[in-house]
Order: sequence, then structure tokens, then C-alpha cells
Amino acid sequence: MGEAVVELKNITKIFPGVTALDSMSITLESGRIHGLIGENGAGKSTLIKVLTGVYIPDKGDIYVKDRRVKFSNPLEAKRMGITCVYQELNIAKDLSVTDNLFMGEYVKNKLGFLDYKFMNAKAAEIMGDMGQNIDPSKYCGQLGMGQQQLVEIGKSILTDAKVVILDEPTSSLGSKEAAALFSIVRKLKDKGKAILFVSHKLEEIFELCDVVTVMRDSKHIVTLPSSEVTKDRLISYMVGRTLNNLFPKERVEPGGTALEVKNFSCAGAYKGVSFTAKYSEILGFAGLVGAGRTELFRGLFAADRRDGGEVFIDDRKRDIRNPAGAIKNKIAFLTEDRKLQGLVLSESIMRNICLVNLDALKKGFLLDRKRMVKQAEDCAARLKIKTDSIYKLAGELSGGNQQKVVIGKWMNVDANIYIFDEPTRGIDVGAKIEVYNIMTSLVKQGKCVIMISSELPEILGMSDRVIVMRGGRIMAEVERSGVNFNQEDIMRAAWGGSLQNEPI
Amino acid sequence: MSLFKTGGRKMPEFVGPLMAVLALAFILSVTTERFLSLPNIMNILRQTAINALIALGMLMVMLTGGIDLSVGSTAVLSGCVMGVLLKNGVTNEILLILAGLGTGILAGTLNALLYTRLELPHPFVSTMGTRMMYRGLALFITGAAPIAGFSTGILFLGYRNLFKVIPSGFVLVIILYTAINVMLTRTALGRKIYSVGGNREAARLSGINVKWVLNYTYIMSGLMSSIAGIVLLGRISSASPIASETADMDAIASCVVGGTSFLGGKGTVAGTLAGAMLIGVINNGLDLLGAQTDSKYIVIGSVIICAVFLDVVRNKTEEKGRRLAQARSMSERDNENP
Repeated sequence: MGEAVVELKNITKIFPGVTALDSMSITLESGRIHGLIGENGAGKSTLIKVLTGVYIPDKGDIYVKDRRVKFSNPLEAKRMGITCVYQELNIAKDLSVTDNLFMGEYVKNKLGFLDYKFMNAKAAEIMGDMGQNIDPSKYCGQLGMGQQQLVEIGKSILTDAKVVILDEPTSSLGSKEAAALFSIVRKLKDKGKAILFVSHKLEEIFELCDVVTVMRDSKHIVTLPSSEVTKDRLISYMVGRTLNNLFPKERVEPGGTALEVKNFSCAGAYKGVSFTAKYSEILGFAGLVGAGRTELFRGLFAADRRDGGEVFIDDRKRDIRNPAGAIKNKIAFLTEDRKLQGLVLSESIMRNICLVNLDALKKGFLLDRKRMVKQAEDCAARLKIKTDSIYKLAGELSGGNQQKVVIGKWMNVDANIYIFDEPTRGIDVGAKIEVYNIMTSLVKQGKCVIMISSELPEILGMSDRVIVMRGGRIMAEVERSGVNFNQEDIMRAAWGGSLQNEPI
Repeated sequence: MSLFKTGGRKMPEFVGPLMAVLALAFILSVTTERFLSLPNIMNILRQTAINALIALGMLMVMLTGGIDLSVGSTAVLSGCVMGVLLKNGVTNEILLILAGLGTGILAGTLNALLYTRLELPHPFVSTMGTRMMYRGLALFITGAAPIAGFSTGILFLGYRNLFKVIPSGFVLVIILYTAINVMLTRTALGRKIYSVGGNREAARLSGINVKWVLNYTYIMSGLMSSIAGIVLLGRISSASPIASETADMDAIASCVVGGTSFLGGKGTVAGTLAGAMLIGVINNGLDLLGAQTDSKYIVIGSVIICAVFLDVVRNKTEEKGRRLAQARSMSERDNENP
């Protein structure tokens, strides 16, 4: 027991503009459950992808059983016995349990046909070992989330994997299912597997893991036996980022209530959420990825359906049925994913900037091209979009400039409430500051700004008030002037703990 | 890259097929005597008119990322509805034409509703269904027999010439292509069509009523098909329920050869016209060379594949240029903020 199975040494992975892993090292030992925690964007996913051969590291070495290896694709990692159960399951719902388990590893009989008799028996045995006495010819779509996950784990048992990576395995499970999963993970441990357990739930780390590694800012911070560490210490390892003067925050006296949300609910995403947002205020929404923040505001903007709840704008109840209705109610929504939801990449900067207020740009029946050009050029100048021409395709711009085009789209509608969802994700520092400047100028104009962000420094740097969400619920609300307006307390709330200095 | 970029500006989509048309025309005028005669050229324009009209509607649908396989059946059904009315004593030309156009609009509306109301997965499936339904309906109401006897007021689009030489059907093509070009490039609705095809989610979140835009394109496709159906009446001087069996594929081919993307968001009116012309010239040229249907199919099939392949090459080159541009702008930024 305790022999090193996989070792990553000084792994560095660089993406254009970002260092995703910075000289990261980790050792997974057989018969041990190794916990991995860190803030959003700390580099956990990149680490997993290097381990499974999805990414090829720029620097550093990978050792499997003391032999130096190089993975050039996921299949090679799999052949070395490294498997991963991703948060987004790779299950074909219209295929049977057997078909999913044996996908790519089909067993044939003497005649060259698939030997279903053997495969079904084996599948039943594997699932039975995990306490699931299910008919292996059942479609996976008929199984619950927990059972589907076990099918994925079953794949690694079938191939006799040495290393099993579990990426936030309990995020979509109930407590009963999670408990069942834990006992199976412990069984795997007893069989001598090396397990990497990535989680956003500290309780799980303490319950399950032998050792825990904390990552921050793409780096390895510490690896400790989980029995020798406390929750608070783990949290302080995870934060500890230095705040600098990156943030052009200007204090503006908040105005009246702009938006009031009452009892918003949507099954599986958020429940009983109520809050208010004021004019001349930046309201930050902090939390971990998957806390339900984006879903909440997509519900408000009527981009997705919600189950219940009421919206009041300027103290009047509003019935918003679709995004067009939200825009009529003067809400602007700058979506999280520029490429998928924000921009038409195959169209020019000008056409993207003119997308939201197209109907206002008409002169008679036709579009007024002069006004479109003027609007786009004004926007490009005001937001400092770096381009030689407004006729350039949006897809040809860098991330920061694309983000500015998304912002530009919404600057031409007379909105009062601006929702920024992860406004600075994946853009460089210079562009970030410009985005912050735009927010500041909006607040100075008396607008209500709501910022969803997973980056704590940004939340603390720009917000007047912060609401922390976890698991679809509001966990805490902190004023800029309050004692809890610090990284540790917000992080603690986001990870499911209570504020240290509970407000009286 | 220099092949596809001229002076920093992208080459318009229609240049490729247009050059192919000219090259082909040159070859044919050398190898055959009749090709470069006025009657033959006018003949090509007349033959192209029907396909060009249908392709125009197809373009709008394809710009949204969809497809309409029922166009040929819609064209035929429109003519047959007119024929049945004629047989039952309706001789008023305006009434007959309105009935034809109305049929197209209804057929398009059904296609639209199947997609946006019943939310069938992809219009490929639903319009494949209506393609058979409309054809069957045309056969049913006519008893599978052609109906003749239309007055010249209806037939003139198919055979009459303006100024003695220009086929009136092609004049209609020019008028409608110009109008739709203005609609697509200069009106809010046109820009919405491109946006819905380019990124449906972004369009929806920008407050565009996506379903309404989709409905519009399918109804327009039906309308264009019925106009083509009326031109067809004139060309064969009767309403036939068994005509234009390959109209859907010809129209899709014209769009694709003209640079329209199957994924939506990309394509132009000029490209589609050039594509339709290319297919018209190939058909005509092979006729002049005495080719049979078999070799015609093989040639047109190859042209479609070549056109799409060129499009793939062009997209890859553009993608590479885009990545280079991004990398460059990033390194510039790094130099500014070391």
C-alpha cells in the first residue's frame, strides 16, 4: 500500500495569455484517496486533463510506476490505467448498461459476433459488486444519476484501471446516493486503486480522503494528511490572493431599489431566492461554479423557464416572458459565454454591436447604414475596441475585444439594469481594467449593475454589496462596509460554512 | 491565403461560381457552334429561371441553418391548384394567380409551424414529410393527369419574351433577386435572419424573436416555390403533378455552389444566382454536347462536391488567418503591458 502509481512533476501548461498550470506536482498512491480542492480557475480541471492525456503539458514530466511517460492522446493514458469519471457523464443514454460498459472494448465470440451472454453476465457482476442489482440490458437513460455514475466507475473496474479520477462526483447526487458512492470509492481504495477526488464540498474531503492537495493560481500550495488539517486552514490556503490596485472602484451613493426578486425557484437550479438591487450600485454575486447564479439570472431574463417567483422593477410587478420582454423592461444581460451566447462570430463587429437595437436603426423600411456605422464607430472608440475596421468579423478578435463588443451591444439600448455574467473571464489584465471602468461609469450614470463573478478579488474589488450563493440558495449577504467583506468569509460561505463574524 | 483574399478584403462568394460559368462558357463556345448564339443564351436564362426562384427561397431557409425539401412539390401543387380551379370554371387570371401564391404561402406556413410550433427536431425531416404530402395532394386533386388550357395572361412568365429577346421569367428573377437582396442586407429582418443562422442563442438573448424569423423564411420559401410553379406552368403550358422531381436538390445545389453554408449564417443572393447559372450552363452545355442524363448527373454531382470542398478549404484558410490575427493581437498586447 502507498506505492506511487502516478507522479506529476513540475507540470506547466500555458494557453494563449494564461498559465493554467504552473510547475504543478502531485503524486497519487495506490490504496489512497487523494482529495484535490481549489477555487474556480485554480487549475484543477487542467490538472485532470493533463493526467488523462487530453492536454499535453508544455513542461514537466509524468511518471507511471516510476517510468517516465508521455501521453499524446487520452487513449494512451487509458492504456496506462488512468481513467476519469467526469462531472458531465459520458454515458450514451439510449444504449444499455452493457453497451456503455463495454464501449470500445467489445467482447466477441468465436464467430466474430458480439458475445452478449458473456458481456451481460460480466456487466451484472460489476454492477452487483457495487450493490446495484440491475438488469444490464436496461437503457442507461432509465437509470438515476447516481447509477449512471456507477456505470462510469464500472468502466474503470472493467478495464482494471490503476487510477480513478472522480471530478466532483456528488454534484448531482442526493445524500443517499452520495453515501452509496462513498462506500464504493472506499472499496476501490481497498482494492489498491489510486483515487483522485476533486470536490467543492469540504465535508466530503474530510470524510473520504487520506490526503488533500490545495491548488491556487495554477500552483500547488500544500499537500497534507486530511487528519492534520482543519476546514478553516484549508480555506485560508485556497484564498490568500493578494489584492492590488487593479480595481478602479469609485464610491457612489446608492440610489433607490431598481430590482426586487422574490422567491425565485427552478427545480434543480435554484430555490427560494429573494434579493434586491439598487441604482448606482454594483451588486456582486459570488459563489462556486454551479452555485446557480447564471441559472438565476437566465431565469430573470426569461432566457430559460423558471418554476416560480416574482420580479419587481421600480416597485412594479413585471411579467417577463422572453428575452425581448426583459429588454423592454430595460434589463441588459451580458452572457457568460461570449462565443456561444454573446456574439454572432460570422458577422462583423458593426452588425454585432447593432444586433440588440436593430429595429431602432430603421429609416423607413430600410436600415440606416450611416447610423449603424456611427453607432459602431462610437462604441468602438468609447470601449477602446482594438481593430482596424468595424467590418472585421467578431470571430477574428481577441477575447478581450470580443467581450467589449458584447458590452457594446448593450450600450445602445436604454437599459437601467445591467447584468454582467463573468465579464472578465479569459481576457487579459488591460481589457479587464477597461471592463471595470465601464461598470464604474454605468454606476455613475445611476444604473444598477449586477456582476456574477467567480473571481473573489474582482468581487471584493468592485462590488458595493455581495450576495454569496451555494447550491442554488443565498448563503450570505455582505456590505462593503461590513466586517465580513473579506476573502475568507465569502469563501467560507461559498463552501458552505458560516461567516466568522456573524452580523448581530 | 492570397488565393482567397484580394487586397485585405474577402473575395465575395459569387466570384467562384461566376468564374466557373465564364470558363465553361468559353469552352462551350469553342467546342460547340450553337452555344454562343442569342437564342441559346436566352434559352439558358429561361431554363434557369425556375431553379433560381426556388433557390432564392431555399437561400433564406438555409441562412437560418434549416432546409426545405418540399419546394418542388410546393411548386407543382401551386400549379395544380390553379389547374383544378381552371377546370372548375375559374378563369379570372388574378384570382388564379392569387390561388397559386396562396397555396405556396399555406404550404410554407405548415412547414414553419411543424418546426416552430410542434418543435420537430430538424426541418429536414418535417419537410421531407410535407414533400411527399404536397406531391400526393397534387396527384390527388388532378387525378394524376396534367391540366391544360390556361390563358396567355398566366402562361406568359414561362414563354413570353420582353423586348422580343429577354425571357420574362428571367426578368422576374432579376426583380425578385434584387428585392430579396435589399431585404437581406438592408433591413432589420434580413440582419435577423443572418443572426439567427449565425448564432441562434445569441440572437434570442439579444431580444430577437427567433421563431418569428424562422416562420418568415419558411413562408417565403413556399411563396418563392409557388412563383416558380407559375413560371413552370408557362414553360410546359399545363399544370402537371409529376413535374420538377429534382427541384429541391437543384435548388440546394445552387445555394451550396454559391457559397451558402449548411450550418447557417453564411450565403449571399449573388452567390446563389451565380450557382443557379452555373448549373443552368452545365445542363445546357451537356445537352449541346449530346450528353445523356447519366453523364449530366455525374458532372453536376462532381461540381457540387468540388464547390463544397473549395468552401472547406476557404474556411480552413480563414480560420488559420483568424488564429494568426488573434495571436498577433495578443502579442501586441503583451508588448504594451509587459
